[in-house]
Amino acid sequence: MKAIGIILAGGNNKRIGRLSDKRAISALPIAGSYRAIDFALSNMTNSKISRVAVLPQFNARSLNEHLSSSKWWDFGRKQGGLYVFTPTQTKDNNFWYQGTADALYQNIDFIKKSHEPYVIIAAGDGVYKLDYNAVLQKHIEKNADITVVYTNLKETDDDLTRFGILKLDEDERIVDFEEKPLVAESSDVSIGVYVIRRRHLIEILERCAREDRYDFVKDVLVRYKGVRKIYGYKLDSYWRNISTIDSYYRTNMDFLKKDIRDYFFKEYPDVYSKVDDLPPAKYNAGSDIKNSIISSGCIINGKIENSVLFKDVYIGNNCTIKNSIILNNVYIGDDSYIENCIVESRDTLRPGTNYVGTNDEIKIVVEKNVRYIL
Amino acid sequence: MIKKEMIAMLLAGGQGSRLGVLTSRLAKPAVAFGGKYKIIDFPLSNCINSGIDTVGVLTQYRPLRLNQHIGIGIPWDLDRNIGGVTVLPPYEKSENTDWYTGTANAIYQNLEFMEYYHPKYVAILGGDHIYKMDYELMLDFHKKNNAKITLATYEVPWDEASRFGLVITDENNQVQEFEEKPPVPRSNKASMGIYIFDYDILKDALIALKDQPGCDFGMHIIPYCHQRGDKIMAYNYQGYWKDVGTLSSYWEANMELIDIIPEFNLYEEFWRIYTKSDVLHPQYFSANSKVSGCIVSEGAEVYGEIYNSVIGADVTVEEGAVVRNSIVMQGSTVKAGAKVEKSIIAENVEIGENTELGLFEEAPNKYNEKVYAGGLVTVGEGSVIPANVKIGKNVAIVGITTADDYPDGILASGESIIRQ
Repeated sequence: MKAIGIILAGGNNKRIGRLSDKRAISALPIAGSYRAIDFALSNMTNSKISRVAVLPQFNARSLNEHLSSSKWWDFGRKQGGLYVFTPTQTKDNNFWYQGTADALYQNIDFIKKSHEPYVIIAAGDGVYKLDYNAVLQKHIEKNADITVVYTNLKETDDDLTRFGILKLDEDERIVDFEEKPLVAESSDVSIGVYVIRRRHLIEILERCAREDRYDFVKDVLVRYKGVRKIYGYKLDSYWRNISTIDSYYRTNMDFLKKDIRDYFFKEYPDVYSKVDDLPPAKYNAGSDIKNSIISSGCIINGKIENSVLFKDVYIGNNCTIKNSIILNNVYIGDDSYIENCIVESRDTLRPGTNYVGTNDEIKIVVEKNVRYIL
Repeated sequence: MIKKEMIAMLLAGGQGSRLGVLTSRLAKPAVAFGGKYKIIDFPLSNCINSGIDTVGVLTQYRPLRLNQHIGIGIPWDLDRNIGGVTVLPPYEKSENTDWYTGTANAIYQNLEFMEYYHPKYVAILGGDHIYKMDYELMLDFHKKNNAKITLATYEVPWDEASRFGLVITDENNQVQEFEEKPPVPRSNKASMGIYIFDYDILKDALIALKDQPGCDFGMHIIPYCHQRGDKIMAYNYQGYWKDVGTLSSYWEANMELIDIIPEFNLYEEFWRIYTKSDVLHPQYFSANSKVSGCIVSEGAEVYGEIYNSVIGADVTVEEGAVVRNSIVMQGSTVKAGAKVEKSIIAENVEIGENTELGLFEEAPNKYNEKVYAGGLVTVGEGSVIPANVKIGKNVAIVGITTADDYPDGILASGESIIRQ
């Protein structure tokens, strides 16, 4: 128990469109059975980090519901636990979290009261597996002040300018750090996972607060890059951020590839999530499933192709679902046609509904009808 | 002081020997059902859905898998500070050490457990039926009728009634007489083996009959109380109730789940069935897969074809394989080109490439004709069947087998390979 964990789950992003109307990005459903934050939480528990705080802010209801019990990730211990710290008004402060550093500062009591020497800070919107202890190990070996986990996105077609771009020297020390630059001069991007000594973090946060600085990246990493020893730790395995519609869509579609499924689902360690107690998926006559992921509780009567169906989805007779993502608890009436869409959770689509997006512009379908009169 | 209005005692110690190789390594209540469930999930879920939060589970035969499954009761919300689920195995005593010799004897040996909760009522449940039942309604009936004992009954078809223990009641449903498997039935109300007792009555009877060898509820306790004049009521249960005691009835009950609107519906929001799932991730169907009339559990990967089957978690059906009218349990693999027809494949089985199950004309099983019937192929947990063999009907296989076990690559109908 060398470290405590803090998961920054406050983020919102206009580029994810209507999908974040009702939930934080960290609560977005991923790969049929999971939510984005499950990956960071599972990494924490698999790294034997037992005291973990989650800092939500924006649209936290869906996230709080997901975190209503900590037992699914094996937290909730006498020594440790999962703490959800939404912003609160206090005697000294009645602001929301004004940035990531401010979010940490407003919970500085939690950090001060811990006894573990290190803090692992992780974003709640990454899809990846990582043993944080390996990062910590390197942090200690390098005698670093801060270690930033990064990955190389050269092989992907993701828009690099939406990330923090790093330049490293041959010793992997970070010599330059540019947040969301106009032009990305390298394809090494920060994945938003940091290791820092707890006392050092307290000192930095208190200083930021005195100087009215609120952002951990801009006001700590970028500002201190020359002064403090900030090292990089390279993550060589799969990592995706899901905070745009395009990246969210493609990350889900990645799970149609066997190697990615095997990596997340079959190889040690497992990813955990809240258990929903849904029955097995049911395929009635008329089902035709091609290259698709289907989750528990679904009842299928139609044709599904290159798609990801989340839990508890009903697909009516003679429907075609193609290249689409259907989120949790959606009802799609008979004779509907859905292509290149993301259908928002709890939607009810009347029979004969038609929605078609394109591969370059995935359509977000939000349709509320009363289900039980259909 | 600790006090519970009603606690449940769940009898889960039986082998269920008529399930053949399915129960060679685990007790019947731990046998998988409906893809992701185990038989014991049904009474356990019924308990918590009925508001019973204190359950003693009596185990005896091969309890390991049952113990692992139940744990501290988390999946059923039975992890409680006061009450919750307690596994009750037979134990050594200073004067004598007995196994559980009968259903009532098992309960008698756990008087101390019941005493601790000072219950007013005790429900006695079996761990081997598939049903959804609100025990609270039965308790209401029990209280309303001022009964000392209420037993649940189920109306069976008249022509099958002679296979059951029957209850003859008056017009108010008060029990008058019992008949055990009579050749000419006078009633079609079968006892379901589910009882609610006033605790003091139960305790009294158990102590009075403590020296009865093989003390059993149906044979000893109930007749004793009846003779003594205790008011016994019959609660007529009208929902779905399925005995899965034989391989054929087990297979049929599973197959019923894949009907368009199954009589036993797992998809209702109300009265959910809970289970311990260690596999969370979704299932995958490849571009060449075919599926019709199936229920498929988490993590299954289908590259071949599945029809009218119940597929467990983490099952792989490889390219070109065909599974039809079968039950395939968690972690099993049907390799490329294999054909599986009307089979029950237990957990972690490997069916070799191009191997075919369920071929040829039916022939009675030579090893145990009564158990392995109905044309089924039954493959026990952890078995391996090599590639390119042809296997007939009414066959049982358990253990790791190689090509040498199949002369000419054939296992004829009615044959068995049993390797424990």
